[in-house]
Amino acid sequence: MQAFTDLYVSLDSTTATNSKVAALRRYLAEAPAADAAWAIYIVSGRRAKRLAGRPLLKDALQTLTGYPEWMVLDAYATVGDFAETASLLTEEVRAANACDDQHSLAHWMEQEILPLADLDDEDKKQKLMDWWQRLPQLSAFLATKLITGGLRVGVSQTLVARAVAELADLPRDVITHRLMGDWQPNAAWFKSLLDPDITAETSSRPYPFYLASPLEKAPAELGTRGDWLAEWKWDGIRAQLVKRGGEISLWSRGEELITERFPEVVQAAAALDDCVLDGELLAWKDRVLPFAELQRRIGRKTVGKKLLSEVPVRLLVYDCLESDGEDLRPCGMRERRASAEALAAQADDRIATSPLLDHDSWEALAAARDGSRARGVEGLMLKAADSPYLTGRKKGAWWKWKVEPLTVDAVMIYAQAGSGRRATLFTDYTFAVWQEQEGERQLVPIAKAYSGLTDTEINSLNRWIRANTLERFGPVRSVSAEQVFELAFEGINASTRHKSGVALRFPRIARWRTDMRPEDANTLGQVKDLLSLYGNA
Amino acid sequence: MPLVELTDKGLYCPAGDFHIDPWRPVPRAVITHAHADHARPGSGLYFAETSGVPILRQRLGADLACHGLAYGESLELGRARVSLHPAGHILGSAQVRIEVDGEVWVITGDFKRDRDPTCTAFESVTCDTLITEATFALPIYRWPEIDTVAADIHRWWQANAQQGRASVLFCYALGKAQRVLAALMAHTEQRVLLHGAAVPLTQIYRDAGVAMLPTEPALEAEVEKKFAGELIIAPPGANGTAWMKRFGDCGTGFCSGWMLLRGNRRRRGYDRGFVLSDHADWPALLQTIEQSHAQHVLATHGRSDILVRYLREHGMRADELRTEFGDEDLAAES
Repeated sequence: MQAFTDLYVSLDSTTATNSKVAALRRYLAEAPAADAAWAIYIVSGRRAKRLAGRPLLKDALQTLTGYPEWMVLDAYATVGDFAETASLLTEEVRAANACDDQHSLAHWMEQEILPLADLDDEDKKQKLMDWWQRLPQLSAFLATKLITGGLRVGVSQTLVARAVAELADLPRDVITHRLMGDWQPNAAWFKSLLDPDITAETSSRPYPFYLASPLEKAPAELGTRGDWLAEWKWDGIRAQLVKRGGEISLWSRGEELITERFPEVVQAAAALDDCVLDGELLAWKDRVLPFAELQRRIGRKTVGKKLLSEVPVRLLVYDCLESDGEDLRPCGMRERRASAEALAAQADDRIATSPLLDHDSWEALAAARDGSRARGVEGLMLKAADSPYLTGRKKGAWWKWKVEPLTVDAVMIYAQAGSGRRATLFTDYTFAVWQEQEGERQLVPIAKAYSGLTDTEINSLNRWIRANTLERFGPVRSVSAEQVFELAFEGINASTRHKSGVALRFPRIARWRTDMRPEDANTLGQVKDLLSLYGNA
Repeated sequence: MPLVELTDKGLYCPAGDFHIDPWRPVPRAVITHAHADHARPGSGLYFAETSGVPILRQRLGADLACHGLAYGESLELGRARVSLHPAGHILGSAQVRIEVDGEVWVITGDFKRDRDPTCTAFESVTCDTLITEATFALPIYRWPEIDTVAADIHRWWQANAQQGRASVLFCYALGKAQRVLAALMAHTEQRVLLHGAAVPLTQIYRDAGVAMLPTEPALEAEVEKKFAGELIIAPPGANGTAWMKRFGDCGTGFCSGWMLLRGNRRRRGYDRGFVLSDHADWPALLQTIEQSHAQHVLATHGRSDILVRYLREHGMRADELRTEFGDEDLAAES
């Protein structure tokens, strides 16, 4: 595993994209094909299923080191990563002659790590304890990381594609395409990844998604209204429906195959000619249902009859990337849209096109956008009428013009250290608003938020937290209720699972209101009034 | 009555009427070492180990009223007999031993037991009560050998040089910078450039006879374009300032015990983190407590909560002492 360990160090010890690409390319060029395949699998963030749970690791670690549970947990809270904690705590029992064995990465994955799945807990524990003593610290860390899931080294899918494309001397989008979907990391696959013959993309693979950018200027700056297509911005699951040779597959934006989770859409797709459609999966009963409903359908591999009837799903199509084997991505948006409409018309209404808005001025569109929440949409999408279908986050062709977020002024009551990169800082905060009960005001938690402060603000807030801690509960501290923050959020739902009775969608910190006193924060009543914006409260 | 108690001005010895590393001005202050959180201005008379006096004067003023004491030399203050003993933290750093009517307390100040060619090695002192630092009191903290770290630093410097880049290494200007300069002697004789903040302190070390690589103030040196191939040592506070612009596309590294954790390395945004601490790691803390034969341990700053709980579970009498001391690496960064 030494070569892979070296690769990991190179990737982890630089923040420069070019150096990462160079390191990866060098490894892929030199490693045996099977190792290269596994390295791509690992660094691009794919993960095998979790082979050992936290309790088992903790048990093995305590047995091996003799440290009490509280200490292991405190060490973990400090380090922020369990595999790293294990590799550090075992340093004192590590054999003085610990060294990497000569086995390849593929051997490690296929002969050591994956077979753990067939062992009982006691045998797994023995294996772990053996590795922790036998392997040098860094390899012990990596092996543990691979068992517990993925390894994040700041390498994006795009970066991997760049390295492979340079190595294979092929266009990057061909490689991106080949890296998508379901594949087995083995030597044959790696060779096919580098295959110079690029005409034969006959699999079920989706195309790389094009992602819209937030519109941060006035829409009039985009030019003439007539050069743009406008649609609602749906709050669902972005998906590609791929039908080739009659075979249907459904892919999420996270490149997950989700065909089996949405049988009604697959059924409806039986009526379509071969095509690749880009659109949004939505829970729908006469109108779109809140995202929380759709979420009930996401977590499951297969869905029962009851759920199917409670939360029926449809696909609203807004683009056509391929029709009858022909790649339409270079065509203009208007032309692709026409193909999408023609195809959707072949199916029943479980597959339909997302309607175009015909308001003929930016002002009229802006007025329509103001009614978004009542419709259950997030705002508008603006798409350049003559642009081709692009890849990734390239700016310019698709803009999301969301409604302004809702805001609430809330008081910070808890702080918790982050994990990984932010393990030594309090970066996760819980916020509360006032509730009046029998003449008394008390704070009720309403949201947790993680982002939105600058590094300087985080540092100064951290000093304040350390000086104003009331109580510690493990990694969480309660702090005195003094600091007020303006939280922004995309939406609000009634919820029986939350003490406050509401759930905020995508809450984040908009501003630190150092000008406000805690008693000036909003009340729960004011927050609940926001539910009426949706017309279905 | 305890020999040393905590007051709003800091640790105080009533029998001798003096403070140890006070954080407010007092009449008489015994100083363990010259880092800013331990040596503050404004007190009437200072006591420090002889080799630390020039550093104290450099930091707190040339006319500072300061009485130098050699390691092991003792002094009567009131009813207390006070002596200083090597702490191995930086040049002139000391543990304070206080004896009153046969009872002995030792205050470690900041200390380490790892090899450091720039200062006298730590010596265990037996006592009844030990006040120890606990900056890195968790068993995850075990420092690598300084030779390994120095070799890593040198390799990194050479790799940057090959790419025609400068290497800027952030080290606390007092202690860490000089320790790195001394440790690198095993690998090279090359001249190293210093940020202005480290220049006078490095000279004090040289005057005390500490062998280090030759140095030159960065801004006076004649260098190739954008300092290609040079190693520059600068305090962490210089990172991100306009001073850095002159080095163009350079490699950045940070030397600190905190760099042991991947999360810290990544969050700080340096290219490389080198694990080099002037504080005691977990094994050194336990070894020191054991060798002190103390019946009572008081732990201050850092992870004193962990150390106290661990010692209590092992049948020892231990308590936390809430001081205002910190860690120089963290203080220097923010």
